[in-house]
Amino acid sequence: MTAEGGVQYSKIAEIKGPLVIVDDVENAAFDELVEVETKDGERRLGKVLEVGNGKAIVQVFEGTTGLSIAATNAKFVGKVMEMPVSREVLGRVFDGLGRPKDGLPDPIADKFIDINGEPMNPEQREYPKDFIQTGVSVIDGMITLVRGQKLPIFSGSGMSHNLLAAQIARQASVIGTQDDFAVVFAAIGVQYSEAEYFRRSLEESGALKRSVLFLNTADDPAIERIITPRVALTVAEYLAFELGMHVLVILTDMTNYAEALREISAAREEVPGRKGYPGYLYTDLSTIYERAGKLNGKKGSVTQVPILSMPSDDITHPIPDLTGYITEGQIVLGRDLFRQGVYPPVNILMSLSRLMKDGIGEGSTRADHGEISNQVYDAYSRAQEVRALAGIVGKAGLTEIDLKYMDVGDVFENEFLSQATDENRTIEETLGILWKIVSKLPKNEITKIKDKYVEQYYKEE
Amino acid sequence: MAAQGRIVWVSGPAVRADGMSEAKMYETVTVGDSKLVGEVIRLTGDVAFIQVYESTSGLKPGEPVVGTGNPLSVLLGPGIIGQLYDGIQRPLRALSEASGSFIGRGITTTPVDMTKKYHFVPSVNNGDEVAAGNVIGIVQETDLIEHSIMVPPDHKGGKISNLVSEGDYDLETVLATTEGDGETIELKMYHRWPVRKPRPYKNRYDPTVPLLTGQRVIDTFFPIAKGGTGSIPGAFGTGKTVTLHQIAKWADSQVVVYIGCGERGNEMTEVLVEFPHLKDPRSGKPLMDRTVLVANTSNMPVAAREASIYTGVTIAEYYRDMGKDVVLVADSTSRWAEALREMSGRLEEMPAEEGYPSYLASRLAEFYERAGRVRAAGSPDRDGSVTLIGAVSPSGGDFTEPVTTHTMRFIKTFWALDAKLAYSRHYPSINWMNSYSGYLADIAKWWGENINEDWLSLRSEVYGVLQREDTLKEIVRLLGPEALPDEEKLILEVARMVKIGLLQQNSFDDVDTYCSPEKQYKLMKLLVDFYKKGQQAIKEGTPLADIRAMKSITTLLKARMDVKDDEMPKLDQLDADMQEEFKSITGVKVSN
Repeated sequence: MTAEGGVQYSKIAEIKGPLVIVDDVENAAFDELVEVETKDGERRLGKVLEVGNGKAIVQVFEGTTGLSIAATNAKFVGKVMEMPVSREVLGRVFDGLGRPKDGLPDPIADKFIDINGEPMNPEQREYPKDFIQTGVSVIDGMITLVRGQKLPIFSGSGMSHNLLAAQIARQASVIGTQDDFAVVFAAIGVQYSEAEYFRRSLEESGALKRSVLFLNTADDPAIERIITPRVALTVAEYLAFELGMHVLVILTDMTNYAEALREISAAREEVPGRKGYPGYLYTDLSTIYERAGKLNGKKGSVTQVPILSMPSDDITHPIPDLTGYITEGQIVLGRDLFRQGVYPPVNILMSLSRLMKDGIGEGSTRADHGEISNQVYDAYSRAQEVRALAGIVGKAGLTEIDLKYMDVGDVFENEFLSQATDENRTIEETLGILWKIVSKLPKNEITKIKDKYVEQYYKEE
Repeated sequence: MAAQGRIVWVSGPAVRADGMSEAKMYETVTVGDSKLVGEVIRLTGDVAFIQVYESTSGLKPGEPVVGTGNPLSVLLGPGIIGQLYDGIQRPLRALSEASGSFIGRGITTTPVDMTKKYHFVPSVNNGDEVAAGNVIGIVQETDLIEHSIMVPPDHKGGKISNLVSEGDYDLETVLATTEGDGETIELKMYHRWPVRKPRPYKNRYDPTVPLLTGQRVIDTFFPIAKGGTGSIPGAFGTGKTVTLHQIAKWADSQVVVYIGCGERGNEMTEVLVEFPHLKDPRSGKPLMDRTVLVANTSNMPVAAREASIYTGVTIAEYYRDMGKDVVLVADSTSRWAEALREMSGRLEEMPAEEGYPSYLASRLAEFYERAGRVRAAGSPDRDGSVTLIGAVSPSGGDFTEPVTTHTMRFIKTFWALDAKLAYSRHYPSINWMNSYSGYLADIAKWWGENINEDWLSLRSEVYGVLQREDTLKEIVRLLGPEALPDEEKLILEVARMVKIGLLQQNSFDDVDTYCSPEKQYKLMKLLVDFYKKGQQAIKEGTPLADIRAMKSITTLLKARMDVKDDEMPKLDQLDADMQEEFKSITGVKVSN
């Protein structure tokens, strides 16, 4: 070990996948930031995963390709990884580790913040209940998003999740006062074209100057992806809780994040949980998703819309499964609807917003909102059953009421679900279509809505 | 002599320290310069393996580890009710005063306000012999909770002296001393108890009294008894948390302990925001006055998640010992099992199924065995109960995974949540074919004596309809509904009505959220009556379409929302109207 200006340099003992094992370590801390330096001066960042008995296991974010045991030194920086933040980060583009990528200099830091964050004290949380109008009928009407919620989009390869997320980002921004709205976008191992689509979409809507972009594209180092959502959320928390902004965070694609985590776990030879993912995947994901919310006495909020692609469209795969246990609902895209050309292809029966009940109703949307959406859920689910039945016995084998439910299914998909990517519907319009759907049914089928609302809104055709 | 060692190794929540030969298993220790709380979980030579209850970020080898000499314990005394604790009984409000909106580290605080004065009314006299568990006096903790001050369970007993007179005292005041075996022991309003050790009691009873939750599918179909055990497994989005919240809100117990173990932060906030505004349906007082919350959310340190279950159940046993019925709800035991798995992995133990340690089953058994209806130790006689209800979050909704299968071995009521029901917004999405209750026979007597003696036979009748429907559904799936004769179509219709009018319950509806036992019984009876009348009518040749078109059906199906608990005559009226309507449709047939 050599000392140089109070900082220690140590020799590398072993290089294994994304890990380096550093020998002769005397004063390193768990979680500490490490600079790995090659002979020709290249510096890579890493952090301590395990320390003791003179050794430290260090995870190198930019990968270990090209490192050699003889020609590499590790420097323990003496602090955990931090992100410099200030209002100037708005409008900027960073790489997956939070370094400028737009050719501009580092923003002047107001503060340096530990990227791991600290858990919000549940006692200090403010229960989220402010309705966000996204202008997308299926979300506003059936899977309502509220400020401070974490509501992921479960998609599959090739489906239109990016269009939907971009539409939400564009349209949600026009609600309320423009000034205190911001978008933080983190691309985690996605293709360059997808990241570029978002950037352009934000630019065209004029929202780019109140956005912060973190880009780790598919050709960037995989291990960096462990850091990308964390730097993005650190900035989001700063904007929300220090500057009082309402921040919408889009993380895409969380599946790539979990895969990077699995790679580290495998390199450490840990006992795996399901499908080779580490047993702590749930806890680890929660340290990302739980960084959404509102706090007592603070003006801003962090709302998360993470996107993840379900491998083979399988919702029971560990990544969507564990995500669903942490997030407050999920928006599930359906392959069948997507094939039929429906946009957005949201499978409402599998989708859910847990915070919807408090974000809707009198005073925020409309008093009948909860009951009408319940009735439509029920009706659409009946419609699906009837369709399955019709596939076997034919339409002739159906009762009259069954046929009405078929009709409900069609109207729902064609008039309610389908909308253009630039179509911004008000909540009144959305609820109007829901009543139109329910009005296809005879009154005695309406069991989930109070009579007073039926009298007010039901219009038999 | 407390152990004093040095950290030699750190990996996440696991720390190894040497120089710890004085340390005891499960002793609590302070770790590092920032004095984090930890617990010894393995000893090898002079090396102690420690699980740390706070984030170890920045911890270095060489920093000190100091033993406290005590096992992980909770403080038991007035002031617990209404609190929100973390997994090791630190009040989260006090933490936020120390570190703001986010949870800082190394903060020490007392679990209750030690300076708050309570009005103490002694129930013993100087010179009385007391034994462990004896009540020496009463304080009023909240409007709802009369708090017995008890001689600690590990006390050897003795003669009371220096008893204070009735008056206001804080927790540190010595209320009395006991003399015995040449020893003088001070009795205060509180004592401490190690969380991993069940509190002793005199004897156990069979659970025969139902725990009424106001949830029809639970009380009527799959009941749980006071002192019983239940489990509620379900994939995400099936409504576990809502069901557990409903139980915590409406269960007819005197104390509720709600453990948010590795779950969402906002869910605890919801309880915290909502409960003070909700009124207990029996006493009319705010629900928060009988509730204790233990929150170790998913992103809080994983070791404290493991401890949170024990912290909660020890508090529950303490109130049980006062002769109260206590319900403990743990959401979710799967996250607790994952915490075990994570520590086990760091200890490099040989894993059993899916990486879980081989002692997972025995730990689960030990936990659920702490439920029960008991006669408390000491005098006067007090009977209390702890009912344990644990959520399980099976990965991929697969009930064959280890936590679900092991849990099923140790519980008697199983509420299987069904994603398909949840997708069609049938809530609570408790699947009536896969769920079961081992208490049905035991508690049928209570329903017979308190509500109506035909309760069990009506329940069997309704359940029979659901079972018949399940078989018929197969045929419908293949041949369509028109292939069935009218009698069987009627079964499908009645099953639909049972599902909508009885099994489904809207927890967000002011009326439907809680259903009294009387109303549950009457709704069930109406449905059985409808079924019988319908069968009769079809036998007499009335077309099914006429029955389906009856106006009473919609009224009956909405009765759960429209008829309040104190409006039972409305249901009698509904019954009369239904009879009339049946007469009119069958009457038309006869006159033809």
